[in-house]
Amino acid sequence: MPNPSTECVRILVPAGALGLGWDDVALARGVARGPDLIAIDGGSTDSGPAYLGQGVSKYSRAQIKGDWAVLIDAARKAGCPLVIGTAGTCGAASAVDWLVGITRDILAETGHRAKIAVLYSDRDPEDLADRWDRVSPLPGAPDVEASALADCTNIVALAGVEQVQAALATGAEIVICGRTTDTAILAALPLARGCHLGGAWHGAKVGECGAYCCTHPDTGVIEIDFDGRGFTLTPLAETSRATPETVAAHLLYENADPIRLHEPGGYLDVSGATYRAVGDGSVRVEGSTWVPGPYSVKLEAARKIGHGILSLVILRDPRYVVNVADWCASLEARARDRIRSRMGDVEYDLQLRRIGVDSALGDLEPGRAIPNEVGVTAQVIAADEPTARDIAKLVNPLLLHHPLTPDEPMPTFAFPFSPPETDMGARYEFVLHHVLALDDPMDGFRLEVLDA
Amino acid sequence: MPRLRDLARLRSKNAGPFWITIDLFCDGESYARVAAVATEVFSARLGVGDVRRFDMPDLHVVKLSLPRPQVQGSLQDRDMHGASLVEVLADMEVG
Repeated sequence: MPNPSTECVRILVPAGALGLGWDDVALARGVARGPDLIAIDGGSTDSGPAYLGQGVSKYSRAQIKGDWAVLIDAARKAGCPLVIGTAGTCGAASAVDWLVGITRDILAETGHRAKIAVLYSDRDPEDLADRWDRVSPLPGAPDVEASALADCTNIVALAGVEQVQAALATGAEIVICGRTTDTAILAALPLARGCHLGGAWHGAKVGECGAYCCTHPDTGVIEIDFDGRGFTLTPLAETSRATPETVAAHLLYENADPIRLHEPGGYLDVSGATYRAVGDGSVRVEGSTWVPGPYSVKLEAARKIGHGILSLVILRDPRYVVNVADWCASLEARARDRIRSRMGDVEYDLQLRRIGVDSALGDLEPGRAIPNEVGVTAQVIAADEPTARDIAKLVNPLLLHHPLTPDEPMPTFAFPFSPPETDMGARYEFVLHHVLALDDPMDGFRLEVLDA
Repeated sequence: MPRLRDLARLRSKNAGPFWITIDLFCDGESYARVAAVATEVFSARLGVGDVRRFDMPDLHVVKLSLPRPQVQGSLQDRDMHGASLVEVLADMEVG
C-alpha cells in the first residue's frame, strides 16, 4: 500500500556523468516538468587508478565548465538544488576543490550568487591505520597491511545517502560531493522524504547512468518519480524509450551481482522486482526490497608505483611480423643483459607488447590472424623519470635494429616519432577493495558550506 | 556449429577495479543453448576457477563475473576497461 504521507520526489538526471553532454531539448523539457532535484554523477574508477592517484579529473576543464554552467542555470530555472557525486572523476579533495573553483568562476561570470555545500570524503592514512581493525577486505581484495596506507596519495571513502542528506539539509543550491556511491546522490532525497526503501535504491541504481537504461542512451536525460511503492522512470528525449527489458537489464551494467547491490548500511535485493511499461516510453518498477545491515563504507586508494616511459616501433617486414613473438623474446633477453651490465641491479619493469597480435589479451588471446604490420610497445617503469628514460634509451637501439637471427644484414624498423620515447608520467595502482565499519555515518566525512 | 558470437551480443566491463563482468545477451531462441554451456567451460577459457554465474531467463542473459585476471591499471593489466575479455569466449562453439 502507498504510504499516504509520502510525497512523490521527482529527480532529473541529465546524463550518466558530467562531461558526456546531453540532448538540450530533453534537458529543457525536464526543467519545465518541475524536478525536486537535478542530480549527476561526476566520477568513476573505470578509467583507472591515475585519477585517484593524482587527485584530478579525467575530463577537460572546458567541457566540465560548459556543462556545469548549463546545469547551474537549469537548477536555477527549476528552482531546485543541483547535486553532483564523485566530483572530478575520483572525488578526492583536490578534484572537489577543482570543481568548486569552476563553480565560483561560473557564478562570477554570470553575475549570480549561490550557497554551495561541499562534502569531502577523504580519509587520513594515519587515522585509517589506527582503526585498521574495523577495516575488512571485500571478495577479490588484494592483501594489504595498514603500513601500505602511508604510501597512498589519496584515500577516499564512498559516502552513502546519509552524508548526501546532510549536505542537502544545509539548504544549499549547489551540492558538490567527494567520492559517493553512484546511487547515493539519487537515493538521498527520496529516502529523506519517506519514499519506498527498495524503490529509492533501485531507481537510483537504474538511473545513475542517465539514459543508459533506455534506447538512444546518448540522449542522456531521464526523470525518475519516486513514491511510496516504487518508482517510474521516463526518458525525456523524443527518440528515447524505456522498456521493461532496458530498465531491468541496466542492473547488469558494471555490476558483478545483478540481484544484490551493496550500499552503506545494507543491500538492495531486486529479486522480487516487477517492471511494467506505462504511458509512452516510461517504466514502472515495484517490489524491490532493502535489507539493512551493519554500517560500513567502501574505501578506495591509489599509490604511485613508479614512472613510465613508452617507446613504439612498427614491424612491417612479413618475416618479422610472423616471428614477432620470437623477436620480442630475444630482444627482451638482450635488453635485460645490457641493463644489468650497464646499470647493475637497478629496479625496473620492462614489458614488450604486440599491437595487432595480442596486446589486449596477452596469453589469453585465442586469435591467430597474421596482420600486415605489428606495433611493439616497450614500456619501462622505474622509480623515477631519469632512470626510466635512461633504460628506455638503452633499449632503443635494439628496438630499431634487433635481428631475428645472429647472421643477417642489420634490419631497421619504423619509429613513427622522434624521439621514440614518450613520457607516460607517474604510474599508479589501486590499493584497497575494503570496507570500513562506522558507528556514525558522518565520522570522517567533512561538510563545508560556502557563499559564492 | 554456431559460435557464441553468432548467438548473443557480447559485453565485458569492469565491475569496479577488482572484478570484470561479462554479459551474454541472447534472444528467446538462443538463450537455452547458451545457458546449457557448463560454467566450467566458460571458466576454463577465461583461465579462472571462481566464476560467479547468473542465468537470467527473463532477460535472456547469461552473466559471468570473475575477479580480474589483473587488477585494473596494475603493471600487468592490458585493458583498462576489461572490454576485450569477452573475445576469449566469442569464438567458442555452442551446441
